[in-house]
Amino acid sequence: MDSDEEQEWVPLKNRPEWSDVVPVEQDDGPNPVVPIAYKEEFTETMNYFRALYRADERSPRALQLTTEAIKLNSGNYTVWHFRRLILKALSADLQNELDFTEDIARANSKNYQLWHHRRWVAEILGTNATTQELEFTKKILSHDAKHYHAWSHRQWVLQELGGWEDELDYCHELLEEDVFNNSAWNQRNFVITRSPFLGGLKAMRESEVSYTLKAIVAHPENESSWRYLRGLYKNDNQSWMKNTQISSVCLKILIAKTDCIFALSTLLDLICHGFQASQEFRDAVDALRNSDLEQAESDLAKTICSLLETVDPIRVNYWKWRKSMLCQDAN
Amino acid sequence: MEASEVPVATVTQRSQKSVESQVGRIYEGFAKLPPDAQFRMLELKRENHIDYLKGGLRQLPSSFCILDALRPWVCFWNLHSLALLGESFDAQLQNNIVDFLCRCQDPNGGYGGGPGQMPHLATTYAAVCSLVTLGGHKALSSINRSEMCMFLRQMKHPSGGFRIHDGGEIDVRACYAAISVASILNILDDELVQNVGNYILSCQTYEGGISAEPGTEAHGGYTFCGVATMIMINQVNQLDLPRLIDWLVFQQGKECGFKGRTNKLVDCCYSFWQGGTFALLQRACSTIDQQLVIPVGGNTFEVNFNDIGHNFVKRRVEMEPLFDGRALQLYLLLCSQEENGGLKDKPGKSRDFYHTCYALSGLSVSLY
Ligand SMILES: [Zn+2]
Repeated sequence: MDSDEEQEWVPLKNRPEWSDVVPVEQDDGPNPVVPIAYKEEFTETMNYFRALYRADERSPRALQLTTEAIKLNSGNYTVWHFRRLILKALSADLQNELDFTEDIARANSKNYQLWHHRRWVAEILGTNATTQELEFTKKILSHDAKHYHAWSHRQWVLQELGGWEDELDYCHELLEEDVFNNSAWNQRNFVITRSPFLGGLKAMRESEVSYTLKAIVAHPENESSWRYLRGLYKNDNQSWMKNTQISSVCLKILIAKTDCIFALSTLLDLICHGFQASQEFRDAVDALRNSDLEQAESDLAKTICSLLETVDPIRVNYWKWRKSMLCQDAN
Repeated sequence: MEASEVPVATVTQRSQKSVESQVGRIYEGFAKLPPDAQFRMLELKRENHIDYLKGGLRQLPSSFCILDALRPWVCFWNLHSLALLGESFDAQLQNNIVDFLCRCQDPNGGYGGGPGQMPHLATTYAAVCSLVTLGGHKALSSINRSEMCMFLRQMKHPSGGFRIHDGGEIDVRACYAAISVASILNILDDELVQNVGNYILSCQTYEGGISAEPGTEAHGGYTFCGVATMIMINQVNQLDLPRLIDWLVFQQGKECGFKGRTNKLVDCCYSFWQGGTFALLQRACSTIDQQLVIPVGGNTFEVNFNDIGHNFVKRRVEMEPLFDGRALQLYLLLCSQEENGGLKDKPGKSRDFYHTCYALSGLSVSLY
């Protein structure tokens, strides 16, 4: 703990440098709803904050007061906003802001305000901040690899300040650690579609397909990798349907008879886009059927839907609906 | 990795297993009970929830200091929950709510997180929804519509999106708050709608769901906000709905509740964010049908925006729900309900007003 955190809090009214300020109470009215039993320190700090905010006093002591107020409630966007006005007016050293936000993040990093502030600071610091920002988000992600705000900030840094060079490797590292980390897959999609160094989705597709198929074969139950695979063919259903590597992997998983839900739904998706399944596929699907439960269908897509209704019961309504839509297509 | 090496479970696998087994134990215990005991367990502890919620409106402990910039939200969570439970509000309480929210209203339009705070789109949404929930002349006439219109215009960003407050962040949540407030107050027009559809479209990810900003991960909260916004501006046909639905249905897992993102953990608040999106889509069935035949991206036509939201909600449900409503009810009543009132994210967590509100909202959606 910092030494200044151990110091006892001195009420502002007892601090000589605040003697000229008349605190402003919160106007809660006579019978407020959702009233909070504020502690004395909170009430007093906010009363002085309101006084300075109302007077629009952009001074070093006002900056100090916003620090205290944010430490008491880091969700108060009005205080953060006023702090930015003060920082601008004072042309303050923004490096301190990086330390300050890191400090606040240590207590609670799931807060819109601190990340918005950090983005504001980094935008002004420009490319000087690139490495620091990438390191900062990496540190947060090392504790919580799916931290939404941290990923969002990191993407902003890459797009506005650069630093793309090692990002695909970073995604790979995170996926090696946890291949079920959907945020890392999402970042991978972000990098291959937007990095100025990789040539875009089409250029990356082939190598990404083989990378993803490896991950799928290792964990056919992993929804993230299947979705990522499908995303490689966003707006290009023809190429999706024609890639025999993909249908072969589906077949392989169906034959293995474990964790077949995504292989079945992918096969259904391929068929819906015109894939002509051979007898091998039909045999593999038939081998998964429990003849007591599902009636035989002449149509493979329908058989897959019926099978999914039993192997994936929580989504029975969905698979029934998909089956009904198949009939509609045929008409 | 060497062939002989036994793979170690990843962080995601371990946390998922642990929640699954906790929830599994609850369902197993339930299955062993005699029918009358089962019946009691499935009861919604209505009276206790009401006490908990009313207590929150009356007084909050000092630990709520960290929610001091969200007080209209606390007000909305509790009011909306009470309304869902069919509880009425006495005149005194209604007056106090209107009076308090008036103090949060900015003279230049919009509502802040407490008296004297800057106007903020999310707390504006919470305040307006609270007042509409109360209804009646006093509550509704307390909303300064012409100033609200100015505030919403000020928050509009050239990208088509909205800033959540002056100088604040731009995201799908802000779009939803702005458009829904404008829609319900009958002040939605071309200028506010301009390009907001394109902004939302740019947030539909490769997974099918919608993210906070272009590039980030598909997420239940933003998906609800995005779909609802597209409906209110009559552009839901622009979204790739078959992909969106395919993502949505997979957010309900064997725990029976919904999660917010792929491979994350179940959490009762997504009962509404994900379940509510289904309820919206059940009324947009004809659009989905079309998309399954014709490629995405139809035309938009001249419309009176202010009719859309209201008419849409009143529209006939055109299809059966695509999720498992009974399973969702089991999760909410057995795994997230607190005996003494209130609902919680998942077993092991504690109750709060936010989760109580969205769990009850999800329960309501599941009963449709
Ligand atoms: Zn939650």
